Parts: sequence; structure tokens; C-alpha cells
Amino acid sequence: MKNKIVTVEEAMSHIHDGDTVMIGGFMACGTPEILVDGIVKKEIRELHVIANDSGIPGRGIGKLISAKAIKSITASHIGLNPETGAQMVNGELEVELVPQGSLAEKIRAGGAGLGGVLTPTGVGTDVENGKQKITLAGVEYLIEMPLKADVALIRGSIVDKAGNVYYNATTKNFNPCMATAAKTVIVAAEKIVEVGELDPNQVMTPAIFVDYIVGGEV
Amino acid sequence: MATEKELIARRVAQELQDGDVVNLGIGLPTLVSNYLPKDVHITLQSENGILGMGGLCESGTEDKDCVNSGNQHVNVLPGACYFDSCTAFGIIRGGHVDATILGALQVDETGTLASHIVPGKMVPGMGGAMDLVVGAKKVIIATTHTVKGAPKLLKKVTLPPTAVNKVNLIVTELAVIEVTAEGFLLKEIAGNTTVEEVQRLTEAELIVDADLKTIEL
Repeated sequence: MKNKIVTVEEAMSHIHDGDTVMIGGFMACGTPEILVDGIVKKEIRELHVIANDSGIPGRGIGKLISAKAIKSITASHIGLNPETGAQMVNGELEVELVPQGSLAEKIRAGGAGLGGVLTPTGVGTDVENGKQKITLAGVEYLIEMPLKADVALIRGSIVDKAGNVYYNATTKNFNPCMATAAKTVIVAAEKIVEVGELDPNQVMTPAIFVDYIVGGEV
Repeated sequence: MATEKELIARRVAQELQDGDVVNLGIGLPTLVSNYLPKDVHITLQSENGILGMGGLCESGTEDKDCVNSGNQHVNVLPGACYFDSCTAFGIIRGGHVDATILGALQVDETGTLASHIVPGKMVPGMGGAMDLVVGAKKVIIATTHTVKGAPKLLKKVTLPPTAVNKVNLIVTELAVIEVTAEGFLLKEIAGNTTVEEVQRLTEAELIVDADLKTIEL
């Protein structure tokens, strides 16, 4: 079996300046903090981040905002991090806002090989700007295109050495979906167990999606 | 003396039916679950991945892995479940939420809601609001009637819309207003006001229900 367990430093060798990076979590709950810290420490720059939100100051993606590691972010909400708004206003950071449900489905489409998603969400709002619309059975939909990434950074509560992942409580959020939609998937594990110790019924992300596992997430 | 927000939350609570699946927006709407009638039990959905959400955790009992969509530590009730964001929004967009209760910056007489952006001033992002307003079976707006004396219930929203023609009911400290094909239907007014006063504080024209009632809390 391939050894997927690496150090934070080894994991960072797979992230490069200018990469598109998906980061799991919802207001920092379920965000892999040790991988975020790794990006800050290595001073990786010009990232395009795809995430639910921009974290809160000092936590989650908030640390990448403070470190000015992000060139642009696609998210559903930036309101709990005033620094994001400030960087957007002064032109340091590009922000694309996407409805949360559309963001989830765009990522799912990226991972599931779909050409896009038809959604009624955003019809008649600024969200439809620049997007194709289609009317089916009398209902208007926006065509939302798939999202993919170079790297996905995921947080697992229990991960076996093969890469099967269990997410506890509300740490799931965008993590399982993002694990399907990136070329390289790195999981920060709160607990690493031997293969066979994780009940197959509890596996939420199959090991085939996971490339690297980093222990020590808290 | 109850605050305006408590009055609104108490009246909104009367709209919920036993067995409803309900998503409460951040702020005023979260107060609603404090005022449910005794025989009404609802299932709270949180869009970050909970059905069967309980209340806020008391200090010292927090589970670091369990928060609501406002990033507050919550507990869950027996029978609760967790899921990922795709499932959370499948539930919302797919019409499996009976009611959503949200705040508003503006609502107009066509049921169009503006709640997520003030260009140049407040750009937090729409979060889950656009999906909720499109997908929930019933959209209830819980808001103060005016902001700094200016009406929030308008002929046409001037801020960018969050969703078009989706609001069903508006509950304020002064009135309960149903959004109909003809416009705002004034169903109830508070005991301490008059139809004329409510109209004065509402930009759009009110159709007064033949069976106009006083808000009972």
C-alpha cells in the first residue's frame, strides 16, 4: 500500500503559487488549520481559493487573508471577516460571491463529471450576470458551471492510513464534496487509525479520493 | 416590556405548524423558537448540516465540532442528524423545508426581497439566503417595519434583489402582511397603532383585509 502519510512541509510541496485551492470548512468549523498554517509559513502566494467563506480573523481562511496569500476568492459569504472586505475595497483581493447551495453543486459537478448544474437560485438577481439561462417546463434556471481545483485541503476527524475519511458532526460541510473535485487532495487528520479500524459504514470520503494525509490536526 | 424584536418573534412563532421543518436566519429569526406554542414541535434545519438542531450550548458544554450557521456552538436533539453542504442545500432547494424565516433590508409588494447587499457599504455575500428563499415552501420575513423612520416595505426594492417574487408573509412590530398577486394584504395590526399609521410607514399601498384583526400574542 502506498504510504499517504506526510508531514505538513511535504504536503506543502504540492501547493504552488497561483494554484486554485479548495478549502473545506464553514466559518472555520471543519477547516484544516494545520494546512492553512503550512501555507502561511511557506509564504505561498497568489492563490485562488474556493471556499464557503473567508473564515474569521485569526482562524481558518482568515489566516490566509491576513497573510495576503490569496489573490482571489470564490465564496458565499465574507461578512464575518472584516479584513476580507477591506482588502476587496482597496483592490488587493478579488471576491466572487456565489449562493451557498450553488457553490456546493458547482463543486459536486466538478467532481462528478457533470457539465454544469441548472438551478433556480439567483434568477432575477445579480448572480445571473454573465451566465446562460434556460427555461425548461416553464421554469427559468441559471446554468452554473462546474468548479475544479489543483488542490483540495480537507479536514477529517478520523482517517485510516488508506485515506478513508470520517467527519464528525458539522465538520462535514464542504469537505466531502471538495475531496472529489481536485487533482490533489490533502487531508489533515485529527486522528489516524490503521486500515480496517474505520467501520466501512462510517466512511464518508472513500480513500481513492485522498492523496496525502497529515496528522496532528486539533 | 417586550422589545420590538420579541414581539415580532412571538407573532412569527404562531405561523409554524406542528411537524414543520424550519430554517431560521441569523439574528431576529433565531428568537422565534423561544415562543413556539406548547403543542407545536418543529425540526430546525441549519444549512451547515444539521436537522434536529437544539439550542445554544451553555458555557463549558460546547462540542468544538458542532456549530450552527452563525458559527455558534449548539446542541442537537434526539433523532438529529448531520450531513454535508450538498445534502443541506438539496433539502433547501428541493422543497423539503416547510418554512424559512429571514430578516430583510427591503421587501416589495411583488414579494421580491433584498437582504444581502448594500452596494458600496455592506457586501457580506448571500450565504444560503438565495437558496432558502427560492426553495422553502413558505418564506416569512421577520423585520422591523421601518429603519430609522424610513419604510422597508416598498413598491419596488431599490437594493439588489436576493430573490424575486418569493416572499409569502411579512411580520413586523406593527402589522402582519400577506404578499398576494394584488399586492400587500394587511391582515393584522398591532393594538397600539392604526391602519392609517401603518400605511403612513409603508411605501406600497396596503389592501386592508375585510377581516382585519388585532395582533394577539
